[in-house]
Amino acid sequence: MPVLQSQVENKLRERLDPIFLKVEDFSDGCGFKYNIFIVSKQFEGQSLLQRQRLVNEILKEEMNDIHALTQKCVTPEQWEKMVAENPDLAKQDQVQKPSDSTKKCEFHQH
Amino acid sequence: MSVMQRSLLLSTRLASGRSLIRSLSTGLTRTIPMNNLLKTDLLLRPVLITKFSSAVDVKQRIEQMVKSKDIVVFMKGNAQQPMCGFSKAVVDILNMHGAKFESYNVLADEDLRSGIKEYSNWPTIPQVFFKGEFIGGCDILLEMHRSGELVDELKKIGIKSKLDEE
Repeated sequence: MPVLQSQVENKLRERLDPIFLKVEDFSDGCGFKYNIFIVSKQFEGQSLLQRQRLVNEILKEEMNDIHALTQKCVTPEQWEKMVAENPDLAKQDQVQKPSDSTKKCEFHQH
Repeated sequence: MSVMQRSLLLSTRLASGRSLIRSLSTGLTRTIPMNNLLKTDLLLRPVLITKFSSAVDVKQRIEQMVKSKDIVVFMKGNAQQPMCGFSKAVVDILNMHGAKFESYNVLADEDLRSGIKEYSNWPTIPQVFFKGEFIGGCDILLEMHRSGELVDELKKIGIKSKLDEE
């Protein structure tokens, strides 16, 4: 079963009601690797470990197929500070970096 | 070898380092050294050998591993030659802080690779432990490094970071 980027996005939207969410595929064509950047009120008062555990739990089914996942889980308060420093962050439609075929399969995390 | 001659074999690892082989069709058993398991020409004519190492064994082994040093990293490859960018990042960060660690290569041990994920309830490699406690993976260590929290966490387990300037 292929892991669709939209499936990952939908689940996260449904469960974490994010203020900001960006799921990027960085698989370079060899599999399913995602960068997740998510801002949610639900991360308030939680350690980094707890936040990532929450996301892992939500994506448990998809994790069987996902090869690598990086997460940046921040609270609305942290997000405000980040955007104040770097307004570009809030741009939803960033142009994806061109894939580099020489880097294939370098980053499998499982 | 015809299909009829094939036997389904069960293999159980014994404390002696030998394996108890049992044919499911004939019920015959014999023991052989572990490392001969796949090359021995058994009377039973092995076709399929299922190697069992019980989940309990693996868990006990991991419990010893995570406490084998103040900092323990389960990774792909070893500290000298990481085999994955995420594992390399963890090694680089710890080296930057001058923090010595023990590393275990999950690529060399399939039981460990799946066992560690279950042990820490964490789906990816690398995994970092301080004093037997799971700290996180690459993202978390990197974030702790950036925020300066890592220096404090190292201090808590009695390690002075090279980046600690006070």
